[in-house]
Amino acid sequence: MNVLLLAEVNGGALSVDSTAKALTAAKRIGDVTILCVGNGCSDAANAAAKLDGVSKVLCAQDEAYGHDMAEPVSDLIVSLSSSYSHILAPSTSASKNILPRVAALLDVMIISEVTAVIDADTFERPIYAGNAIQTLKSVDTIKVATIRTSTFDASGEGGSASVERIDAVANPGLSEWIEDRVAASDRPELTSAGVVVSGGRGVGSEDDFKIIEALADKLGAAVGASRAAVDSGYAPNDWQVGQTGKVVAPDLYVAVGISGAIQHLAGMKDSKIIVAINKDEEAPIFQVADFGLVADLFDAVPQLTEKLG
Amino acid sequence: MMKVLVPVKRVIDYNVKVRVKADGSGVDLANVKMSMNPFDEIAIEQAIRLKEAGQADEVIAVSIGVKQNQETLRTALAMGADRAILVVATDDVHTDIEPLAVAKILKAVIDEEQPGIVLAGKQAIDNDMNATGQMLAALTGWSQATFASELSIDGDSAIVTREVDGGLQSIKVSMPTIVTVDLRLNEPRYASLPNIMKAKKKPMDEKTTADYGVDTTPRLNIEATSEPETRAAGIKVASVDELVEKLKEAGAV
Repeated sequence: MNVLLLAEVNGGALSVDSTAKALTAAKRIGDVTILCVGNGCSDAANAAAKLDGVSKVLCAQDEAYGHDMAEPVSDLIVSLSSSYSHILAPSTSASKNILPRVAALLDVMIISEVTAVIDADTFERPIYAGNAIQTLKSVDTIKVATIRTSTFDASGEGGSASVERIDAVANPGLSEWIEDRVAASDRPELTSAGVVVSGGRGVGSEDDFKIIEALADKLGAAVGASRAAVDSGYAPNDWQVGQTGKVVAPDLYVAVGISGAIQHLAGMKDSKIIVAINKDEEAPIFQVADFGLVADLFDAVPQLTEKLG
Repeated sequence: MMKVLVPVKRVIDYNVKVRVKADGSGVDLANVKMSMNPFDEIAIEQAIRLKEAGQADEVIAVSIGVKQNQETLRTALAMGADRAILVVATDDVHTDIEPLAVAKILKAVIDEEQPGIVLAGKQAIDNDMNATGQMLAALTGWSQATFASELSIDGDSAIVTREVDGGLQSIKVSMPTIVTVDLRLNEPRYASLPNIMKAKKKPMDEKTTADYGVDTTPRLNIEATSEPETRAAGIKVASVDELVEKLKEAGAV
C-alpha cells in the first residue's frame, strides 16, 4: 500500500502536530509519501522529511498553492494519484475543503474524520455529532480520507526522507485568495494546546469572557467556547469546540459555565483530564468530568486563577 | 438574473436524542421526528435573500432520498422557495444516499436547470460527511467556496468569507459557483401560516434516480454502528482549594 499524505502547511511552515498525528494513521496502512504544497514549501518539506517513518517528501511550489485553494490543489493531487492506494490528510479546514473535491474527481467517496484505521479498507468514524461510531469498508480503488488528529498520537522525529521537487499543474483559475483574517494571539493553537479553558453560555457576556481568558493565560492555555457561547456572541467562532467546531484532546480541559450538550462533548471528550465548573449540579458536563465543582463561576474562576499562581 | 439551486436533506431533528440500534445495524429512525438539516435551512434562507435583493429570480429546492422528503421540500417552499424537485432514491428511511451519488444527481439537475449558483449546507448532521458541495463542484468543474459566513455576488464573481481554522478567509470565486454555508451566514426565518398554506400549491416535481441514470450503490459498506465509548464520571470537589489540590496530585498543573 502506498499512501500520499497531504501535509498541513500554513504560511510556508509545516503544522507539525496535525501532520505528525495523521502520519501515525497513515503508517498503519503502508508506505508514506508526504506532499507539501505552498508558495514556498522548502521549509515545510524539510520539516516533514524529519518525521519518523516517512519514505519520501514531495514539494510543489507555486503561487496558486499558497492559500490552500481547493481547485488548483485538487488538480495537483489528482495528477499524482495513480501511484497511490490512499490519499490522506489531517482533518483541518483546508483538507475538508480540498479532499472531497479530489475524491469526486477520482470518482470515489471521501471518508471524513477517520478516528480509527482497522485495515487498509476499513475505518471508523463518528456520525450524529459523535453519538454513534460507524465502521465503514470502502470498495473504492483509491481511498481518500481525512484523519481526525485528536485520536492519534503524533509520530516523532528522527527520519531523513528525501525531498523531491515536483512541478505545479495548470491552475484552472476559478478562484483567488483575497485575505486571511486570523486573530493575532499569543495563546497556543486550540487543536494542539496542552491545556484548554472553555466558557459557555453561563459566562453571560463577551466582557465576562475575560475571566475565562485570564484563567487560560495563567495556565498557558488556549481559549475555547461552546456553540451556545459563540451563538450568543460572547466568543468568536474559531474558538468553538464541538462537532460543528474544533475537536480537541488536551491533557487538561476546563469547562466553565458549559452545560455539556452532546454537540460540545463530541469535541472534547477525549481530553485526558476534564474539569467542570458549573452552578447547576445537574448539568450533563459533570457526567464526563474527572473533577466537578458546583459553584458560581464568577466566584470560583477568579479564585482558581489566583490560587494557581 | 439567475436561478438558485438549494439541495436540502431530511435528517433526524436536531433536538432528538440519537439511539443506536441494539443489533449494531444503524441508528433508529423509525417514529423519530425528522426535520430539514439545519445548515440547509441557512442555505434556503440565503437563497431567498438573494431573490429579495433582486439578484436571483427563482429558488429551486431539491431533495434526494425517500418519498417523505416531500415534507422537507414543503418546508423549503413555505420558507420562500419557488418550486421543488424530489428525487426518490430509496424506499427505506435507513438508507443514506452517499454524497458522491447525491452530487451526481445534483449535477444532472444542474444540467437541466442551469442555475447560476448552488447554495448547500456545509454538512448534514446525520452522517457529518461534509462533502456534497465540494464533490458537486468537482463534477461540474465549477469553483467552490466552503464554510461561508458572508456572501456577496457581483456580476460574474462572488466574494465569500469562509470560516477556517484560526479565523476567517476571504476569497473571490468565478460564477457559476457552489457555496456551502456555515452557521453564522444568517438566521433562517420561520415559515408563517399563510406561507405554509401557499406552499401546498407550489409545484413539486417527482423524479427517480433512474431518470438521471445515476447508480447509488454505496462505495462505503457499513459494517457496524456502535455506541461511542462512554467516559466514567469522576468526583465532585467541594471547593476551589480542593480542586487545585486534586489537579496538583494528578500532575495536571
